[in-house]
Amino acid sequence: MNPQLPKWADLVLIPALNLLLAFLAAGLVVIFIGEDPVEAVHWLVVGALGSSYGLGFTFYYATTFIFTGLAVSIAFQAGLLNIGGEGQAAIGGIGVTLVCLALPWPHWTLALPFAILGAGLFGAAWAIIPGYLQAKRGSHIVITTIMFNFIASALVVYLLVNVLKVPGSMAPETRNFAPGTNLPFMHEMLGAIGITMTPTPMNFSAILAFLAAFGTWVLIWRTRLGYELRAFGHSEPAAVYGGIDPVRITVITMVISGAMAGMMALNVVMGFQHRLVLDFVGGAGFVGIAVALMGRSHPVGVVLAAILFGILYQGGAELAFEMPDISRDMIVVIQALVILFTGALENLVRAPVTRMFGRVRPRTT
Amino acid sequence: MDVVIQLADSSIRLATPLLLACLAGLYSERAGIFDIGLEGKMLAAAFTAAAVAAVTSSAWVGLIAGVMASVAFSLIHALASITLKGNQLISGVAINFLASGLTVLIGQNWFGQGGQTPQLSPDSRFLGIDLPLAETLGNIPGLGPIYQFVISDHNLIVYVAFAAVPLTWWILYRTRFGLRLRAVGENPGAVDTAGISVTSQRYAAVLICGVLCGISGAYLSTAMSAGFVRDMTAGKGFIALAALIFAKWRPWPALGACLLFGFLEALGIRYQEIDLGTLVIPVQFMQALPYILTVVILAGFVGKAVPPKAGGRPYVKER
Amino acid sequence: MNENAGIVSDLAIELVGISKSFGAVQANKDIHLPVRRGTIHGIVGENGAGKSTLMSILYGFYEADAGEIRIDGKPTAIRDSQAAIRAGIGMVHQHFMLVEPFTVLENVILGAENGALLRPALAKAHNELTRLAREYELQVDPDAVVGDLSVGFQQRVEILKALYRECDILILDEPTGVLTPAEADHLFRILQNLKSEGKTILMITHKLREIMAVTDEVSVMRRGEIVKTLETARTNPAELAELMVGRRVLLRVDKAPAKVGPVLLNVQDLDLVDRNGIGRLKSISFNVRAGEILGIAGVAGNGQSELLEVLAGIAPATSGAVSYQGTTLDIGRITSAEERRSCGIAHVPEDRHRRGLVMPFAEWENSCLGYHDEDRFKGPLRTLKRSAIRNLARECIERFDIRPPSCDLKTANFSGGNQQKIVLAREIEREPNVLLIGQPTRGVDIGAIEFIHKQIVALRDRGKAIILVSVELDEIQALSDRILVMFDGRISGERLASETDERDLGLLMAGIDPKHGEAA
Repeated sequence: MNPQLPKWADLVLIPALNLLLAFLAAGLVVIFIGEDPVEAVHWLVVGALGSSYGLGFTFYYATTFIFTGLAVSIAFQAGLLNIGGEGQAAIGGIGVTLVCLALPWPHWTLALPFAILGAGLFGAAWAIIPGYLQAKRGSHIVITTIMFNFIASALVVYLLVNVLKVPGSMAPETRNFAPGTNLPFMHEMLGAIGITMTPTPMNFSAILAFLAAFGTWVLIWRTRLGYELRAFGHSEPAAVYGGIDPVRITVITMVISGAMAGMMALNVVMGFQHRLVLDFVGGAGFVGIAVALMGRSHPVGVVLAAILFGILYQGGAELAFEMPDISRDMIVVIQALVILFTGALENLVRAPVTRMFGRVRPRTT
Repeated sequence: MDVVIQLADSSIRLATPLLLACLAGLYSERAGIFDIGLEGKMLAAAFTAAAVAAVTSSAWVGLIAGVMASVAFSLIHALASITLKGNQLISGVAINFLASGLTVLIGQNWFGQGGQTPQLSPDSRFLGIDLPLAETLGNIPGLGPIYQFVISDHNLIVYVAFAAVPLTWWILYRTRFGLRLRAVGENPGAVDTAGISVTSQRYAAVLICGVLCGISGAYLSTAMSAGFVRDMTAGKGFIALAALIFAKWRPWPALGACLLFGFLEALGIRYQEIDLGTLVIPVQFMQALPYILTVVILAGFVGKAVPPKAGGRPYVKER
Repeated sequence: MNENAGIVSDLAIELVGISKSFGAVQANKDIHLPVRRGTIHGIVGENGAGKSTLMSILYGFYEADAGEIRIDGKPTAIRDSQAAIRAGIGMVHQHFMLVEPFTVLENVILGAENGALLRPALAKAHNELTRLAREYELQVDPDAVVGDLSVGFQQRVEILKALYRECDILILDEPTGVLTPAEADHLFRILQNLKSEGKTILMITHKLREIMAVTDEVSVMRRGEIVKTLETARTNPAELAELMVGRRVLLRVDKAPAKVGPVLLNVQDLDLVDRNGIGRLKSISFNVRAGEILGIAGVAGNGQSELLEVLAGIAPATSGAVSYQGTTLDIGRITSAEERRSCGIAHVPEDRHRRGLVMPFAEWENSCLGYHDEDRFKGPLRTLKRSAIRNLARECIERFDIRPPSCDLKTANFSGGNQQKIVLAREIEREPNVLLIGQPTRGVDIGAIEFIHKQIVALRDRGKAIILVSVELDEIQALSDRILVMFDGRISGERLASETDERDLGLLMAGIDPKHGEAA
């Protein structure tokens, strides 16, 4: 009844075909606005990967997307669609900011653990309510997380305008953090060991992001909690039968997911902007959905997809510079097409591929 | 008194796009297709309507073009969620981004004004209509000004939106189409075994949703304002979704919810904060209130919002 | 193929060479089935014999890969339900196809509205329902909301739907599975009325007693084929049972007399009221002793499932007490499964697909479901010790002859019998003191049934207590030492297996205790 696909087809072939379709559609959009897609791809790739400057930015963006992509993936493994990454990241930013502003930190190594805690706790706090409401009251988590994104946005505006703003200034942003909180930039770290790199925003958080991806892999595939989380994600009745408390696992999953989304603030706020700026999340929470879908909710896939989106974001900026008719909004279009083809229209590819394999090697039972 | 009338007037103007989008969502979701892409469809329609109206100098041609754009997005959603049995929520997310990106990308390409469309002249917009005797009756103290300023002097789309409420109720509960639409959202198996095509019934509902979202979007750019600006829906599609949940997927309560949320928006525009003596309510709280109320309703602390039973799930014949 | 072409007009339905497969599974193989007009024709077969698929083909839910359907002797293409309705076929599905928030009238007219507005159709249906109610004993309040009706009444709505569409042929798929005996009797009266009006009725069931009671002819299905069509008057349950399973069934399981030990589990005044306020369990009290198999019989839906789930700690009871070896168990939560396991109460759930296994998991991952917190599976840093789990999984595969013998295979890719063995192996391997087991052989092939029965008896002989819930009376009788019968959430009677028979138990299942006259 359910013909089996070989693992490689499921993990590589289908995502690749979906992605191909998404990019073909994006190419059609470029043609529609009267530009040359081949030239566009050229500038995109050169802009993102052609220089250490481009690479630095690419990985700076990728770092953010690894965090938000992991956040969506973890929830996805437990069968929860967390669309609230955007709001959880924004609140996580408040957490980082409060830590950084609280003390005249002497050195970033001292500030970082507390900032991680701040980002994680605040992000988690914003995710725990939708998680709890889903588990206890059956409130659809997709809708509540969407609502929480808007509530977070209003809250951050309120805080920046009324509480955290520099007195006398009109700009809705906090004062600069003490230099002792600034995470080292990648060009500084590489410079210390004799490798020169153009200054870019890529910073120490990139290393944290890779650690987070590894940690997520261990969590999902090696720990008892991950086992419970996956069992729950596949079948709630079976999880209950296996002694797994659905309320507990839903809340814990959302806490981890929200904390992970909050971590992106380490990269943007603490690592680069060194102050809290209105709308610093800039849609990264939503990119996480695309990244998780493309990466099949597996940490390795998420890292690869996040780098791809890093390329798109950095390359897209360069592209907009070189070909002004293709504005940066092209990135949002591509992101949408990736979500569409790898998520919603997945069966466009999966069904024919499955049929094809079914014909080649019929199942034997 | 003036303040009250002005607030009531702008509440109605602000409630109109919400109401159209909310009813749009109602058709789709009562038929079992969740739609978190209302926002994107509105945005696509707002852009297309303004762009076409700017080029043709006709509000009507703009409206039709806007509706067609919205319907095109609806068809993507229908293809994903009905034909290909994909995830309806993810499809909605994709549609929102697609609209957000495409409108600005194409707008910039066509008009080169940072994603905006050119300012629309009054004759390529929908303007207010004076109802009969508005001036005369306006002089009657009490109800007169309410008639003149609150009920009269809106553009056609406002009246269409309010007329759509009883019409939707009638379609839903008094016609064959409505019966089948509600049935397909509750138990598509029953519809299928009764010899009715689940697919075409759901497609019809999603298309109606597209048309209404299209009118809503066109209203934003060619009636309420004079042109399109980047991301001009600014969450209205989600407020409409919130209103739909708040109204528990019923037409008359949808009207009430949209008026309430429109009123909150009108308050927020008029006052930066509301000073209640000891308590100062910031404008951000008023902006967030529709979302907070929806979460409260969803949590079942005040009543319980139960979506149509078959909502969100593609129909697969069971053995 | 059709030698008696002369009497073809006698046949309301004739299926000729119908075949249907789903992937590699052939659900129907070259089916030939003649059904005479104005008769009640039964189709019996075990679960998975292909009965429902065949009826779905007849009703246009699936299209056959090969073969022909003849209605009143005319070849008729039935590609969808609409074509079936046009051909005069109505169907009462096992899971009712009703829109619960709709009224009876709205459900009846759905798809037969005859015009764009509802008002005329509702008026017409109202009159029609009154007439049908008189004619066939099908009384239902036309304005009642269907979701508020009992299953018996909901079924009547299904029949009314078919009659409103003026069907001549009515298909019923397992119509009594959810009915009380009184409701079932009423249904049979309705069917007789319909038959006397010249309607043709096709009834699918796996209950032989019903076939004997109500049908004129019966066809037996096995493994996707019709093995025989007989006149009901000229056959008997034993012959039908034999045809169903394909060999003489040995209903006796070889087992020595029980050596009963001390009470292990004591249940006192257990009540369960569901969220709709309906009582599912009503003052249930009983004991289970070490070394005995306590069978719980009853028509599906009389509280057995709920009882099993409360005991297993995955459904909360409203009141009452359960004690195990003298200590009181928590029966108020749905999250006590782990506690139950750790004190030695294991559970093989009724629905292994939904509950007992996580289908997309590899076999080894399922081999520790529920026991994944045991010390022997604990690795460093809250991880799972995969090697330990996999070794155990391999052991179980060997001991329980699970095929194919690969612990890396996805669970969904095992056959039903092997999946059940995976669950059973996991639960028995721990040598639990009490085993709760529901429908142990549902959807399981014959060979595996015998194996599973032997395992259960062996566990009993090792001095463990077993509570066995099954809707198969034969299975209850063959395995149990003592039998409780449940009816409407109550225990309607208790018997020693050696002192009862099918007739006695059947009455108890209908809520009548022959020893005390009317009870329950």
